[in-house]
Amino acid sequence: MIVATAVVLDALTYAGWLFLAAVGLTLIYGVMRILNMAHGGFYAFGAYTAAWGVGALTTAGFPAAASFLVLFGAAILVGVVCGLLVERGFLRFMYGRDEVLMVLVTYALFLIMEDLAKLIWGTDPYFAFQPYLYFGTVEVNGLPYQVYDLLFIALALLVGAGLWWGINRTRLGMLMQVVIENREVAMAMGINVARIFTVTFVIGTMLGALGGALTAPKISVNPGIGVEVIVLSFAVVVIGGLGSMAGSIVGALIVGFVRALSVHFFPEFEVFVVYLVMAAILSVRPHGLFAQKEGRKI
Amino acid sequence: MKTFETRLAGALAGAACLSMIALATPASAQDLQGEYKVGLVNFLSGAAAGPFGIPARNAAEIVVEAINKGAVPAPYDTAGIAGARVVPVIIDEASSQVVADYRNLVERDGVGAVLGYTSSGNCAAIAPVAEDIQALTIFFDCGTPQVFESIVTSPKYLFRTGATATMDNVAAARYLLDKGMTSPRIAGINQNYAYGQDSWEDFSASVEALLPDANIVSSQFPTLGSGQYGSEISSLLTQTPDVVHSSLWGGDMEAFVLQAAGRGIFQRSTVILTGGETAMFRPVQFQEGTVIGARGPHGVLAPESELNTWFRNLYMERFGTWPTYPSYKMAMAVLGLKAAADKAGSTDKDAVAASLKGLEFDSPSGVVRMAIAGGHQAIQDMVYGVYSVNAETKQPELVERVEYAAECVNPPDGAKALEWIKGGFEGAKCD
Repeated sequence: MIVATAVVLDALTYAGWLFLAAVGLTLIYGVMRILNMAHGGFYAFGAYTAAWGVGALTTAGFPAAASFLVLFGAAILVGVVCGLLVERGFLRFMYGRDEVLMVLVTYALFLIMEDLAKLIWGTDPYFAFQPYLYFGTVEVNGLPYQVYDLLFIALALLVGAGLWWGINRTRLGMLMQVVIENREVAMAMGINVARIFTVTFVIGTMLGALGGALTAPKISVNPGIGVEVIVLSFAVVVIGGLGSMAGSIVGALIVGFVRALSVHFFPEFEVFVVYLVMAAILSVRPHGLFAQKEGRKI
Repeated sequence: MKTFETRLAGALAGAACLSMIALATPASAQDLQGEYKVGLVNFLSGAAAGPFGIPARNAAEIVVEAINKGAVPAPYDTAGIAGARVVPVIIDEASSQVVADYRNLVERDGVGAVLGYTSSGNCAAIAPVAEDIQALTIFFDCGTPQVFESIVTSPKYLFRTGATATMDNVAAARYLLDKGMTSPRIAGINQNYAYGQDSWEDFSASVEALLPDANIVSSQFPTLGSGQYGSEISSLLTQTPDVVHSSLWGGDMEAFVLQAAGRGIFQRSTVILTGGETAMFRPVQFQEGTVIGARGPHGVLAPESELNTWFRNLYMERFGTWPTYPSYKMAMAVLGLKAAADKAGSTDKDAVAASLKGLEFDSPSGVVRMAIAGGHQAIQDMVYGVYSVNAETKQPELVERVEYAAECVNPPDGAKALEWIKGGFEGAKCD
């Protein structure tokens, strides 16, 4: 029973973390058709900014509770600054180009951000454990679990619901949907597509940075943390179907459960089991589980 | 207008000053003739840079500077390496073309020796190339015993001045025996690549040989750089081990400790971190009672000596923190190269290689003996200590140290580590 509890909790917390890390990637691809490799850089910048901020706050004598504000503040700051800089400074000159070229451009940006992170924060690790330990642990069915880890499930649900509401119930979301449906028609109808792109990219960046900021308290923040997450995020969005929000949720859950089952029962397979499942799904549904069929444009 | 006498007096005074400055410089440093280019390969980026690459590069920097000045304590108090000024050529180990970078160091930059490599994967890739292009190469840190057991079995130019991971894991099993744990439930969490797998294999085989009643209940192999250990920690908790063995290193080890500490692993089990020393002075939430190693007698586990005191203080003075084991191991490699070249009286690669083979040399970590793999692989004593925070100084320290002689925890020359362990440690000298 305790093993079953562990598998379910591990899967859900991991899926929650993955969804938070990957959802920005899905949003940006869904609206802008850009496979944003720089997402790992935004994640790392979010983590570094949060860790640095929490450290500064702690040194200044603020209570640990205040550090939660830093986590979200870091995501907003990185989202606005980096998102605007990258979108306005680079990507807007590339719109309409081949998707593969955009992958290369964003990959180059990712490498630049990796080096920038080293220039700004150095190579020594940063620690921001205060928020992680703040809530302590809770016993679930005899299994001690860090409350902070369980919060990833709640936060993922909150972010997912917020995005659903934003896309389906707000004017901006409706406009995004029009752009997703047909960019040319949207422009013909007078929608400012460039602005929609900017706003989408900033929100996507913010979500990537939020993933990093919320992860920072439970890890040693050091150079290279964006690499692993970008690979896993791609696995999630590819399984679910590029650009599909529901696909991201299902993809994260599949990866979460597959990984948890592997760790508990076949630990030696953990290193590749996620990619095995991804390959299996893609062999049956080459565009992922929830990819929308696209009409051929002439 | 100045008179001739005034100008002459000024010139004489200037000449006198210059002579005094020249005299004040150690005579030996002035005698340096020629340059000896040495390639230094460390992680300068990526996750291994902070805990390994930068501390190692820092150590190389201060030791090379001191060597060129002739400022290292005896027996290294002559300037330079075999009388030549050392010129370091530094490159990043975090590269997608490690072998090409290595070849460039040797063939384009013309270095006389290459010192470096932390990653066992990189060592495995470089080892055959080193022999192929006949480049004097000293691995300073990577731990996999495969380097001389299966990859390069008849080395000439390849050396490793740091001990293999075998001794960390044999000593860890012996530690359990010495602590009276005759039938513990044991779990492991090691990274899924050469070093992690070899570490677990050596440890679990040692446990089987030394503690036949022990029960291995779980062996986790997380992906290198994963950072998320929730599931692995749950598995360790559900299997209720008495002992958790881990060779996790760097950011992975620090993240594991952070995540495991809150969930009570350290209270429920004796956790042995074979390379935990790198994070001793970082706020990773180490718990009292954690058994910590430094992959040899390095860092706070190094024996007291003039060389050790000099190195520790110099490092602290320059970088504001105490050196950890990667720094010690790099210092060891540089001093090993100097010892060999000085003994040979030459920086010629064949002369240095012949001299380094089987050499016994002093280091801040005590005596290093190039005793196995035909004199190409070092062995050292192994030490474990228990993590504790000093009540008075509030500083972390390793107490209740347990030491194992090099011949007790390393296979004899010619023996393969795993076979030696499974064969019951034949020839081990543990008294």
